Amino acid sequence: MVNTQVNLCGIPLDNPVIPASGTFGYGYEFATWYDINLLGTFSFKGTTQEPRFGNPTPRIAECKAGMINAVGLQNPGVQNVIEEELPKLKPHFSKPVMANVSGFSIEEYIHCCQLLDQEEQIGWLEVNISCPNVHGGGMSFGTSPRAAFDVTKAVKTVTKKPVFIKLTPNVTDIVSIAKACEDGGADGISLINTLLGMRIDLKTKKPVIANKMGGFSGSAIFPVALRMVYQVYESVSIPIIGIGGVSTAEDVIEMMLAGATAVQVGAANLINPYACKEIIETLPQTMDQYRIQSLQEIIGGAHT
Amino acid sequence: MKQSMFTLETNEKIAKNTYRMALTGDNGDCTAPGQFVNIRLNGFYLRRPISVCERTENGIVLIYKTVGSGTEYMATLERGTELDLLTGLGNGYTTQQSGESPLLIGGGVGVPPLYDLTKLLVSEGKSVTAILGFCTGEEVFYADAFSALGANVIITTEDGSRGIRGYVTHALPPAYSYVYTCGPEPMLKAVYAATTTSGQFSFEERMACGFGACMGCSCKTKYGNKRICKDGPVLEKEEILW
Repeated sequence: MVNTQVNLCGIPLDNPVIPASGTFGYGYEFATWYDINLLGTFSFKGTTQEPRFGNPTPRIAECKAGMINAVGLQNPGVQNVIEEELPKLKPHFSKPVMANVSGFSIEEYIHCCQLLDQEEQIGWLEVNISCPNVHGGGMSFGTSPRAAFDVTKAVKTVTKKPVFIKLTPNVTDIVSIAKACEDGGADGISLINTLLGMRIDLKTKKPVIANKMGGFSGSAIFPVALRMVYQVYESVSIPIIGIGGVSTAEDVIEMMLAGATAVQVGAANLINPYACKEIIETLPQTMDQYRIQSLQEIIGGAHT
Repeated sequence: MKQSMFTLETNEKIAKNTYRMALTGDNGDCTAPGQFVNIRLNGFYLRRPISVCERTENGIVLIYKTVGSGTEYMATLERGTELDLLTGLGNGYTTQQSGESPLLIGGGVGVPPLYDLTKLLVSEGKSVTAILGFCTGEEVFYADAFSALGANVIITTEDGSRGIRGYVTHALPPAYSYVYTCGPEPMLKAVYAATTTSGQFSFEERMACGFGACMGCSCKTKYGNKRICKDGPVLEKEEILW
């Protein structure tokens, strides 16, 4: 009998598979497809201080082996999430959930984290300093080590829950940003968010997406994500959640060998609503196939 | 909503750039006219959302237009091909408010979902008028099929090569009890402005998942933000914000 359990900052997960923020809503709607309690946990839709509609449509474009989205953090605002969304989730999900938070100023991050810290359904905070779809905020914190340090330090003062900082790959040196987060007191690093990309429609000769650019995700980005997880693992000692193009049990294992303690599955959920369920159900036989007894023991196994 | 495998039975060209695909499979989740399916295609990352034209005894019929590489690939699929579909997506039309003489207005590939709606309304004893609008006569399809269901069919073409010359709004009858429409957004806007009763409007938007997860296809309405794929594609006339 193989062991798929991992420990994420003191909270055990039955398995390391976590639907990524923005691909799983606030969870309860996926309960119509399957029992979401079989997940390790899930990261809920990026939540901001105020409600947001996000960017104008069209905000989806297809790519070879992936897709671009420019949703732009549509969410009902943190107050509504606490009063409406979390209670709707409760009957469907008995495990701690990961709360994904975004903001446009340090004050906004603090505000959201402070409120979500009070919620017992929440196990971890995942602070997104990397959304490519919002101008003037979000990603600029994730592109400077100093700003990443400041956000991390600020949110750590208002919560006792483990804080993961979610990083953008759209930087020259991911390691320095990850280290700054660790120095700021982060309990973990989530990486990567989407890669900035675009498509042009040959018929109209104009960008497909109203916002022109958006975040590229899907299986095409897996090698980039894997490389960054590998690099960051060499330089920080806090746990890493590997994200980017994961769609199979093999991808989960590969990401963990690179250094991920847990793995998020994003775009795959949008093509196959059963993606995470199928990965979780396949994990034991894939582990058998590669003679892996315990997932916790393979974390960072590719490093010498 | 359900994910299941369907088998392609027929896939034939019925008008210019327009194909009719009959599939057998579990249609149990297709519960209302105006809903859609999302089809996985080999070699394409995202599924293709196509509205259901008809729920048959043992499957569904889809009518689609070749507008890009995905639908062009669909047109090459042969009998016996197994396809992975998400079915029962979207809210679909409801008939309670239709009154006795509903007016149905379809533009291009907005016509197909009105076929099953016509069937339902006729079975409820309603007197249906269907205005089917196309760019040109070569694109016209299903006019006889709507007539066979018992609808009073009016064809419009922009170039006048068949039926009434002009847009669907040039062919409005003097009286009707309610409006059901589906088609490109400029047409929906024109129908919104030209019709006098309440109604249900079916929208299109680029989408990824088709089942409410990605928030890619959101729109603003008088009743708050809605997802075209999950809270739509059908919106009540009163809630639409242009």
